[in-house]
Parts: sequence; C-alpha cells; structure tokens
Amino acid sequence: MSLVVLENIEKWYGENHVLKGVNLSVTKGQVVSIIGRSGSGKSTLLRCINGLETFDRGQIVVDGETLDAEKTDMRRFRQHVGMVFQSFNLFPHLSVGRNITLAPTIVKKLPLKEAENLAREMLVKVGLSDKYDAYPDQLSGGQQQRVAIARALAMQPAVLLCDEITSALDPELVGEVLKVLEQLAADGMTLILVTHEMRFARNVGDWLVFMHQGRVWEEGDPEALFGRPNTPELTSFIGTVG
Amino acid sequence: MTEFTLWDILHNLLLAARWTIVLSLIAFAGGIIVGLPLTIMRVSKVRALRTAVLLYIELFQGTPLLMQLFLAFFGLGLFGIEVSPWSAASVALTLFASAYLAEIWRGCVEAIPRSQWEAATSLGLSYLETMRHIILPQALRIAIPPTVGFSVQIVKGTAQASIIGFAELTKVGTILNNATLKPFMVFTLVAVIYFALCYPLTIGAKRLEKNFNVTRRT
Repeated sequence: MSLVVLENIEKWYGENHVLKGVNLSVTKGQVVSIIGRSGSGKSTLLRCINGLETFDRGQIVVDGETLDAEKTDMRRFRQHVGMVFQSFNLFPHLSVGRNITLAPTIVKKLPLKEAENLAREMLVKVGLSDKYDAYPDQLSGGQQQRVAIARALAMQPAVLLCDEITSALDPELVGEVLKVLEQLAADGMTLILVTHEMRFARNVGDWLVFMHQGRVWEEGDPEALFGRPNTPELTSFIGTVG
Repeated sequence: MTEFTLWDILHNLLLAARWTIVLSLIAFAGGIIVGLPLTIMRVSKVRALRTAVLLYIELFQGTPLLMQLFLAFFGLGLFGIEVSPWSAASVALTLFASAYLAEIWRGCVEAIPRSQWEAATSLGLSYLETMRHIILPQALRIAIPPTVGFSVQIVKGTAQASIIGFAELTKVGTILNNATLKPFMVFTLVAVIYFALCYPLTIGAKRLEKNFNVTRRT
C-alpha cells in the first residue's frame, strides 16, 4: 500500500509551468531519490508535499490524509510529514534540546518531560547525545544538520522529506549526515530525498526518480537506471554529474 | 525684584527635569505597549491590518510632534472633553513613540530569515506560535539597540510639551529666563541637563549594538 501518493500535480509560477502533471507513489519504508537539473521542479515538488508550496491541480495523499490547499487542516497534515532543509534552519536562539522539544510540546501538547526524553532519544539516533544543551552556533554544519533531522523525527512523521540536505556542507561533513540517513533507511523510515549524492541514491535508495522540465522523465530501480538510462536526457545528466 | 542665584536656577531646573524624566518614561512605556500590537499587525497576513497600521505610522511620522500635541490638547477640548497638559502630553507622546517603535520593530521582524518561518511551519507551528516562539525572540534581540537609541528622541520630544503648558525642563527654563533675563545661562543649563539625560542612553545603545555583534546569544 502506498504511503505517499502524488496525482497529476501541476503548478504555475505566473506564466511558468513548473510542474506538469507529476505522479509519484511511495510505499512505506521506501527510500526515494529525486534527481535532476536545477529548475527541473524537484525541490518545488518536495515542498508541495508538506504544503510549503501550493499547487494548482492534482492531489497529494500522505498516510491516508489528503492535501488540498484550501480545506486541509495543515497543522494535522504536517504531523505526517517531516522536512529537513538544505541550510539546516535550526532556531539559533534555542538550545539543541529546545529546538527538538518545541514542536512536540506546542503542536502535539506533549508534556515537557516526555518531550525531553524523546529529544534525547532522537539525539542518540543521530549520534549527538552530548549536544543536548549546546546552541546551534557551537556546532559544525554536519552536526547542525543532524540536529535538524532529530528535530523532524521528534514529531514522528510517517515520511521524511530531505531537500538537498548535504549541499550546504563541507565535503568532509557530508558522510556523517548520509550515515544517519542510511541508518534511518535501515530502521524502515520512509524517505524522499532531493539529492545530488548519486552514490547514495544508487547504493541506499530503493527507487530513483529523474525529473526534467517539470515532469517525471524516468523512474525505476536505481541500479538499473544508472546502468541503462532509457532517455538521452538522463544519459546526459548522469554524464554531467559523474 | 528678587535676585536668582545660580543655585536657585539650577535647583528649579533639576526639579523640573524630574517631570521630563517621568513624561519620557510614560511615553516610552506607552510606546512599547501600543507599539507591540501595532508591529504584529504591521507584519500580519491580513492586508487591511497592514494598511491600517501603515496609515497610522505615516500619519504620526509625517506630521510634527507639536501638531500632535496641539491636537491632543486643544482638539479634544472642542468636543467638550477637558484635557490636562499631563494627559495630553502623555497621550500624544505615547502615540508618537508607538508609531516610530512599530516601524523600527517591523524592520527587526522582517530581518529574521524566511527560512525560520519555513522550518517552524514545516514542524506544524501556527502563525502566532511561530511569531511568539521563533520570530519575536530573535527580533527582540536585534531590536534592543535601536529601541534604546530611539528613547533619546522621546526625551528630546518631551521638550515640545512645554508649548501646551506642561511644566517640564524646557517650560521651567522659559519661565526662569523671563524672570532672570539671563537666557544664555539658563538655556545652557537646560541643554546640559538634556545632554546628561540623553548621553548615557546613546552610550548604552552603542554598547548594546557592539555586544550584539559579538555574539548572537545572551
């Protein structure tokens, strides 16, 4: 059964038709990598899945809940969908612990004690159990991104969206973040990533989606697609990213 | 005619300076209390609210404080409402301060990156929750130096309340000048007292700004 279903998503930015009827289906525990050139609509698509961007046509269903920009209770909907951003976006005025407990206590009304235990548990997951009281500006980029992952996980979403989460990192810090993702995948977390990490998409990903000009141009098993792309566009894209 | 010694003059001026300080505090506190909701409305998603507050701000920034004092003092009198110089000055300066503070704070709220909104939104926080827990605490930190800096404008602004007969520093200076016919001495003293009130605020604002640049956290 599909956990996330996108049906015919269309979006315009003024005259610009950025998403031209995108269909995508993700099953529970699947790791889906979305690749493509900048401007192909991949980040926009991802941002549509948690309502950060609206779309003009089509519908999105996550965990049985339908997203319909006008009527959906966005607060409830977003509890199904976690998101991690390229530039971490931690709250700089709050400690690591508070960054993680904030949403569970406010949105889910979890008692503070429980939220704190949850936060510590999540920090262990991302390998930062000693950073509970630190502030974001005391952490490296890789550590900040792992806190951002812990923060999203603390809301216990059904699916985690990752928007180029290693693109802003120094090369030597990319590995630690990818390792966390790999562990999450192994634990059965459903992941949808927009990424430039081709090796990760190939080795850890279960499904590869190549977007081009606002469409899903090709999709399939990563190993198969990387080995034998069906379209000249994907062939050339794989050629440029190595 | 009685002779006024330097001490007499200074003594009376210092007594009057108390009212300058009290009026400044009222205007500053009032400006903060009125300015905060104005700021929230100014950055709200509701266009009508934003426009209404913009008009309010333009109105108070685009007219002389003196006119605002006149209107508060004489204007209400036209409707048969008796207004004391005290309340007229307090109301006018409060509204004046709130308009400027709201505009200063709007800039601070808008200086918080959009990505902070997105992170909070994606975690399921509502607009007001994001405002309260994420945006305002960060905006407050950058708002403190310019807010303290603006308090200097309030202190100097209270001088204009002398026109409607509020017996603060400038008013008493004028009275003493009429009695002593020593304008240079009297107004030099008045100026020195204003300076003594404002300079620490300027220094404080500068120091806060410097501290803020060194670290983002307290």
